[in-house]
Parts: sequence; structure tokens; C-alpha cells
Amino acid sequence: MKVVLQHLTKIFPSRNKKDKGAEVIAVNDFNLEIPDGKLIGLLGPSGCGKSTTLFMISGLQTPSDGKIFFGEDDVTELAPENRGIGLVFQNYALYPHLTVQQNILFPLQNLKGENRLSKEEMLRRADEVAKLVQIDEYMNRKPSELSGGQQQRVAIARALVKMPRVLLLDEPLSNLDARLRLQTREEIRRIQRDTGITTIFVTHDQEEAMSISDYIVVMKLGVIMQTGKPQWVYDDPANLFVAKFLGTPPINVFTGKVENGYLYIGDEKVLDVGGVEDQEVYVGIRPEGFLLDAEGGLSCKVSGIDVMGRDISVVSTNPNAISPIVRSIISSDEIRNIAGDTVRFKLKEHKVFIFNKETELRVHFGGQIAMHEKMVAEMQAEGQAYTTHTGPLPREADDKVKQDTHVEQKKGFLAKVKGLLPKKKSNEKPVGSTEDKPAEEPQENQPSEE
Amino acid sequence: MTKEKTEKPVLTDEQKKIRRKAIFNRYKAWLYLLPAIVILLIFTVWPIFNTIRMALLKNYDSMKELGGMSFEFGFDNFVSVVHYNKFLTCLGNTMLLTIITVPVSTMLALLVAVALNSIKFLRRAFQTIFFLPYVTNSIAIGMVFMTMFQMIGNINNPVSLGIINSIIEALGGTRVNWVNVGSNYWANITVLAIYIIWNALPFKILVLLGGLQGVNKQYYDAAKVDGASRWRIFWRITVPLLSPMIAYVVITGFIGGFKEYSSIVGIFGDTMGPVGNKGSLNTMVGFIYDNIQENQGRASAAALILFAIILVVTMINLYVSKKKVHY
Repeated sequence: MKVVLQHLTKIFPSRNKKDKGAEVIAVNDFNLEIPDGKLIGLLGPSGCGKSTTLFMISGLQTPSDGKIFFGEDDVTELAPENRGIGLVFQNYALYPHLTVQQNILFPLQNLKGENRLSKEEMLRRADEVAKLVQIDEYMNRKPSELSGGQQQRVAIARALVKMPRVLLLDEPLSNLDARLRLQTREEIRRIQRDTGITTIFVTHDQEEAMSISDYIVVMKLGVIMQTGKPQWVYDDPANLFVAKFLGTPPINVFTGKVENGYLYIGDEKVLDVGGVEDQEVYVGIRPEGFLLDAEGGLSCKVSGIDVMGRDISVVSTNPNAISPIVRSIISSDEIRNIAGDTVRFKLKEHKVFIFNKETELRVHFGGQIAMHEKMVAEMQAEGQAYTTHTGPLPREADDKVKQDTHVEQKKGFLAKVKGLLPKKKSNEKPVGSTEDKPAEEPQENQPSEE
Repeated sequence: MTKEKTEKPVLTDEQKKIRRKAIFNRYKAWLYLLPAIVILLIFTVWPIFNTIRMALLKNYDSMKELGGMSFEFGFDNFVSVVHYNKFLTCLGNTMLLTIITVPVSTMLALLVAVALNSIKFLRRAFQTIFFLPYVTNSIAIGMVFMTMFQMIGNINNPVSLGIINSIIEALGGTRVNWVNVGSNYWANITVLAIYIIWNALPFKILVLLGGLQGVNKQYYDAAKVDGASRWRIFWRITVPLLSPMIAYVVITGFIGGFKEYSSIVGIFGDTMGPVGNKGSLNTMVGFIYDNIQENQGRASAAALILFAIILVVTMINLYVSKKKVHY
């Protein structure tokens, strides 16, 4: 079932009635066409409106504006139960007082009129779907007697048993431990392939989204930043936000400029970018985009080397880097070529992205132009509109370019944890003294993600 | 002492201090518990023990005991309770009131709690209103109920009908002699049941509302997506998830019901019945009070019988709820 979202918008009214300005636009003019039978990952940091979008598709939240189509049917005004959706909640929402079997049967028992199934048929369907998700041995257990991964599969079974037209998953893996997460995401992929149900799932974990999605939709503050096949979005990010959001280790961002067809980081001429107008830019370089080369244009001060077996990760610093460290991944054979404090890198052209400093939008150059055009053409051939955000990027009031999303998030978390701990005796360091400022997590203000 | 000490290793002052502290720490908990234990022993444990003792002594009288008289042991008091002519009336009234009021008030409280939980506007105001009976003296409420149901003046030609009868007549019904002279037993019981239910609601609403607010909203979202009707959501989701709270209010409701007394005093006065039919609405607790003056042994035996009844009913309740309560 094809799902089409047109101009979908959700505005949460301000909690404080006097202050009208405090209303939150959780989803802003969201347009997306999801082809039949695909697995789509809605991806973005917390508070970007991805769950709100999902709940609007499910019917649990009503859009402030816009339309939702399943195939040719306009379902915008339909109640959730009439939409033919299956929804898996973040914490599964399994009924604790019912057994696995009763949980799975519950949606079937609600069918009325001509849709009503005979008791045998209900049991047969429940068995079938339980086998599909491999929980048929636990049919008589209560949810509390199951592990997280098993509960998760029961939740999927309950969503699938009434044969929904669209399956929606809200952060389906966030409550699982790392190993189970890997396993379960493959499982979700398999179930989706087996059933062929159009599936939309929400996650803030880019790795999760990239690994199983046919297409990903990267969102920020309620606006689609970019859609496309995961690899394409990774290889051809439309703006600085997308470039920074995708990839582990994260992309290295430098301030630089383009002058006379050359890209400069600081005073160093690092790359030939013929055809690009002179401008101030941000330069994003993927960790795998560095080549150790004594003649290379970019010099960095080495502060450490992480050995990872096949590869090594060179941790270095550069005064023009926005993040405190520059991380590059190079083949471990090269380790003997690192001598002294300074390393010089040559850059791989297709791993270097430049973004206009004002708009933070991507500026393609050289071979990237042809690559970009090829991707757009391929995408259109598959019937999937290529979407990127072109206007000015949405920003929080104090949304300056963050040093490094991951480091920043970690810092915020640490500060929070520290704030929670009881204050130590006075002879110890005062709490939070190592932090330059209190934890700021502006994204958490939005009601869309509880 | 000194000999013993020399056998032990010699302790420095510091070590002694630590030892004393360790000993203190070991018994510290008991020290803190002591005031509560003493009070409980005097005012709860001893009276219970004494009640049992009094019930098992023939013709017991505390004044005579103070005078040095001793009593024979026996079960005469229990026999006399059961054979006492008012006992069956009291037991019947108590059972009847409990069996009527507990289920009705629990159902009503559940409905009110669910309704309160699903509105946003004025919820706090309604919560306060529903909670008012709880903070009001039950005798005072009983007297208000009495005036609402009572007719003043000659029964056949009253000066005032009372508000309830006025409403009934305004709606085209015929007036009912609720509580006055010559009133019917079932009319009396109806008034009492209404009063007891109304009085029992706030606590139950409070407990159930608290339970409802603790229920994860996602269960309702999930049920909505699964297409469950409101009725089914109520019976298949809300009630089972609230079952621990429901069990709690039912059990405490039964216990409170068996101890019903002040409501009857509030409405009918300490005659425990309408004028001319003294004691017709008496309950078990009333029976105990009535007998305290006359025969302490019999009162104690009645108290023990009431205790046994409550115990058995609560055990049945717990047994049932173990099967029906879902976690």
C-alpha cells in the first residue's frame, strides 16, 4: 500500500495561554511518497517530529493541516481502527494481564460485523503470525515473563495479526540491549520482506535506520532534510545537518573558504574545487576521506592513534576544525608512516563535502555533480521523489553550529547525570566545574517526544 | 568482672568506643520502635487480649473484678449472644446493608473515576466536590439526610414533606414514608443504603482515580489502534489493570460495611430505628454498644463473632481476588 503524505503539519498549542508565541510546530509541511512494500526509516534527533509524524499516520494524533493517503484513500479523517494500520509502541504496550496469545488475539476479537472471524480462524491466524515472529512457544506466558526481545516480537505479532495495510514502528529497538538490537533489526527486516507490508519506522539511531531501511527520511525540527536510499544520503548529504547526523565516527567539520577554484582550510590549500564560486564554507570530511600523504595539503597535530585491527583511527587536532578532534580512519598498514607530531593528509574528493557558510547547504563540485545527478535520476526512475530541503534551514533560537553532535550530546548527558548526583564534600571538585556551561538540550522542549 | 576482662584481649579506648557504638547500632532500631510498641501494646494488643478474656469468662463484670471477684471460664457468653433476641436482626441488617452497598458503591465509584479521568475541564473542581463527603462528619451528614427524607408534622397531613418527597411529588409520584413513625423496613434500608453508598464513594473514587492515573496511556492508544470499542476497553483493559485497586476498595468496603453504625445513629438516632420501632435497624456494632452496659462478656463475645465474620469474608475476598487480580 502506497502511503502519501501531503503538506502534513502538526502544531501543538502553547501550554501557556497568554504566550501564543510558545506554540510548537512539531511537523512542518511534510511531503512524502512512500512506495508500496518498502521499509522507510524516519530518522532525526529527539524532538524532530518523527514520532509525531508516525502518530499522525496512525491516526492517534490529528494533523493541524495536510492530508494522508493510503493508496488512493484519503484517511486523514479516519479513526485509527479504520485505517488498517498496525502500530508497535516504543515500550510495546502489551496488555500485562493477558497472555501472549490473548494479546495477539485482541485485535481480532474486536472485529465486528462481516469481518468477524470464527474462533478457530482467529486461533489459526494468531498461530500463523506467532510462527512468523517465532514466539509460538510462548503463547501462554504473560508479557512480564518474556525478555525484551520476545516482548518486542509479540508487539509486532499483535500489530501484524489483523493484516494491516501499513505497519508503523515507534523506536522499535530502543529498549533492547546492543546485541539484541542487531538481531531484532534483522528480524524486522525479514518479517517486512516476508509480508511485504509497507513499513514506516522511527528511530534516532542512524546506524539502525541505515542498516535496514529501503529509504531513509532525515528530519530536523519537523522539516524533512533529505530523503533517499541510505547509502545515497550518506554519500551525498544535502546540507551540513544531514552530513553531521549520519556516520559513525561522525564527519569532521572545518571552517574554510573557496578561492580561485581551490578549497582552503586555514591557509592550507587542500583540494581543487574548480567551478565553485569564491565563498566562506564549512568543509565536511568523512573519517574515511583522509589519505596519509607527505605531500598532502591538510596538516594535523597527532594526539593519539586508536588501533581497531583492520583500520586505525588517527586522532588529531586542527585549529580550523569545529570539533576538538579530527578523526581519520586509515588502513593499519599505514601506521609506520606516521612519524612525529604532525601528519599530512591528502583528501578523497568524493568524501569531502562543502557547505555554504550562510545557508549550510551543499555546494557540489567536480565529480560530485555528475554523481548527484545520477542519484536523483535513479531515484526518480524508482518512483520515489527526491526531496531535500532547499530554503533556509530551520534553527533553534540558539542553534549555532555545534562542535560535534555526538560529543555535545555526551557532554549534555554527563552534565545531567552529574546534576542528579548528590553534592560531594567540599574538598572535592565542585559539581560541574569541568563543564563550561550547564547542559543545554534545546531539543527536549518539544512535546512530540515524551 | 575483672577476671573476665583479662581473658579477653585488652581493648584500647578507641576500640571500646567502636564496640559500644556497634552494640548501640545493633539495638538502635528497637529503641526507635519502642514508643510505638508501647502504645500499641497498651491500646491495641491488651484490649484485644482482654476482649478475648472477657468473652470467655462467665458473667464477667469489670467492676466486680476490681472488687476481687473471680469468674469461671466458659462459652456461655457466645451462647447467650446467639440466643439473644436482637442478635439475628442485627446480623441480618449488617449483612443486608453490606451486600447492597459494597457492590453498588464500587461500581459507581469506578464509573465516576473513569469519567473524571477522561475529562480535563473542571476535573479538579469535580474531584473536590466528590471528595467532600469524606472530610465531613458522618453524623452531621446523617442528620442532613434525615431532614431530606423526614416529614414534619402529622404523617397523613404533614407540615413539610422533606425535599426528597417534594421532588417525588413534583415528578408525579406518590410520597413515601421514608423514616417516620410506621415507616416500612425496606424504605428505611433504602435511605440507609443511599446514605452509606454516598458516604463510601469519595474514598473509593480517590483510590480508583489514583490507579487510573497510573495506567500507561499507551494501553489505550494500543487498544484504539486495535479497534476495541469503549465498552471493551473498559472491561478488557481498564478493569483488569485496575483490579488491584478494585480488590482493595472491595475488601476495605466489606470491612467498613460490617462495622456500619454511625450512619444509623445519624439518621435514626441512638434508638437505631424509626420512632415506634426501636432497634429494628440495629447492626452488629450497635449490638456490641448496647450490651456493654448490660453485660460486658456478651459484648466481648459479640465483638469476637463480628471479628470472625469479617475475617472469613476478607479471606474469601482475598481468595477470589488472587484468582481475578492480574498482578
